[in-house]
Amino acid sequence: MFSDAVLEEVTVESAWRKSQESRCESRCCQTISLKAKEASNQACHVREMGTQTELNANQRTLDVDLGPLLDYPDLGQFLKRVEGIMIKELNKNWKSHAFDGYEVNWEEQHEQVTCLHSLQYPDALEQQLQVTSVSWNSTGSIIACSYGRFGDGDWSTEKSYVCTWNLDRRGFNANNPDTVLDVPSSVMCLAWHPSQPSLIAGGLFNGDVLVWDTSRTDDPLIGRTGHVGDTHTDAVYQVGWMQEKSQGHRHQVFSVSSDGKILVWQMEKEGHLVLLDGFALVAQQIPSNTKIHKPGRGDTAVGVTCLSYSHFDPSLFIVGVEGGYLLKCSSSVQTLAPINMGSSVPLRAPAQFTFSPHGGPVYSVTCSPFHRNLFLSAGTDGHAHLYSMLQAKPLVSLQLSQKYLFSIRWSPVRPLVFAAASGDGEVVLVDFAKSFQKPSLCIKQTASGRPVYCLEFNHAQSQLLAAGDGTGTVKIWQLSSDFIEQRARETALLDEIASEVVG
Amino acid sequence: MICNYATLGVTTPLELLVSCGPTQKAEVEETLKRIQSHKGVIGTIVVNAEGIPIRTTLDNSTTVQYAGLLHQLSMKAKSTVRDIDPQNDLTFLRIRSKKHEIMVAPDKEYLLIVIQNPSE
Repeated sequence: MFSDAVLEEVTVESAWRKSQESRCESRCCQTISLKAKEASNQACHVREMGTQTELNANQRTLDVDLGPLLDYPDLGQFLKRVEGIMIKELNKNWKSHAFDGYEVNWEEQHEQVTCLHSLQYPDALEQQLQVTSVSWNSTGSIIACSYGRFGDGDWSTEKSYVCTWNLDRRGFNANNPDTVLDVPSSVMCLAWHPSQPSLIAGGLFNGDVLVWDTSRTDDPLIGRTGHVGDTHTDAVYQVGWMQEKSQGHRHQVFSVSSDGKILVWQMEKEGHLVLLDGFALVAQQIPSNTKIHKPGRGDTAVGVTCLSYSHFDPSLFIVGVEGGYLLKCSSSVQTLAPINMGSSVPLRAPAQFTFSPHGGPVYSVTCSPFHRNLFLSAGTDGHAHLYSMLQAKPLVSLQLSQKYLFSIRWSPVRPLVFAAASGDGEVVLVDFAKSFQKPSLCIKQTASGRPVYCLEFNHAQSQLLAAGDGTGTVKIWQLSSDFIEQRARETALLDEIASEVVG
Repeated sequence: MICNYATLGVTTPLELLVSCGPTQKAEVEETLKRIQSHKGVIGTIVVNAEGIPIRTTLDNSTTVQYAGLLHQLSMKAKSTVRDIDPQNDLTFLRIRSKKHEIMVAPDKEYLLIVIQNPSE
């Protein structure tokens, strides 16, 4: 049953090494590191903007500035065509002396100065009143004169007159004025409105300022200063009209007085002139850029005798004062004057610069209509001074009279010509083109040697000059052609004079 | 730069304006600047056929006044010359005044007006 059996050996391969190997197998594994990020976002930009434009009152009639935006066909070609010839002509003209000394006379020539009219008012002559002021109206055909008395310190209650003559009127009579306005006090100064031909303002010796409308026959007085606290307390030496600011604006009148005040009045209804603005000159506030001796106490008012507005800067004016100084003033100042005598408007101190003085009170000052820096002044020392606004010393000083000079005016047409009224009874005409030292013509106005107090050029008819004198007569002079025709390069000469400012 | 409709192959003035505007414009300004910088020149005005100023170096009111008046005057001068002799034509106009010399270069489409000071 049982039998040997040989069995085939069985080999079992060792798995040790293998298993060891397998165990040694190294592995590694790693996950990519986690990246965490935090971010936040919020839109929070706020921007605010504002813009505003001012309404341009001065709207251009035609906006030429639009030009460069538009392009015009063939303009380039056109310019290319004409440029050559234009440049040639420009060169030719610049080098040419063909017209040197060549004068054309279009107007009727007047060889000599002649007296056209001699105007008088018999009633005023009887009272022996003097002509204190003359003024031409805006059309240049009506002359007005005021009667009063200079050099009479009394508070007289003597009646006086303002008379007007229309020189172009038919039936014109030199001894019979068209209008006679009765005034209760001596009238010191007159001024026609620059554009309204029938409005005239006058300043009285008692400090009142009146406005008349000569077209109203029944009651020509249309305005007067009423409020007692505001009016001048001394004689009004000059009145004038402020430049119209805009259409429909009420008329404004300025007045200057020897009480040291410069007041601006506005016409209101019911015939009142209401104080709008004012300036006062006080000794302590006068700039002392020149070595001047200040008279009196610091708060003494400095009497203003004349004023002239610049033709180029409406806020700039020159005043002449009794001490003989001339002051450059600005109406845009804010400094207050330290006096306030019941005035309803705070008075400001306008003085900015003092020019070297005359030897006596200055009676008249006039800014050049052709140059922004030049002005003339005349005073009791008989000298006329030509100043530049840029320096204290006068550019030219010339003696025109042995006595006083009462009035001085630039010619409205000749940049180099001015006229002055002298105490010797003469009207003196000076032409800087001819001489800086002596007058080119002296016209004898009064035979008796009574002084000429006032004169005024006619802006519409440039050949006419009116002058009023101590005998109560207004003479209308017709100037000769050489005083009314502007020559070549006159404004250039004026510029040269103005630029001769001593460093 | 030649600048007419045919060479550029465009049809409307607006396109022309866009396509050749800047260079020509610069050229025009250059020329005007050259004239203006000449000795004694006060002002330069270019006026179109209707008498309307299109370029100027002066202020508005002066420009309008000069343009209107000188346009009329040059038209009158031109017709005067033509009436005297139909074969003749106005080529240039110089006006001498006390203060200035006014020069006008006329053309069928434009007028060039230059105002100059007289010589020293």
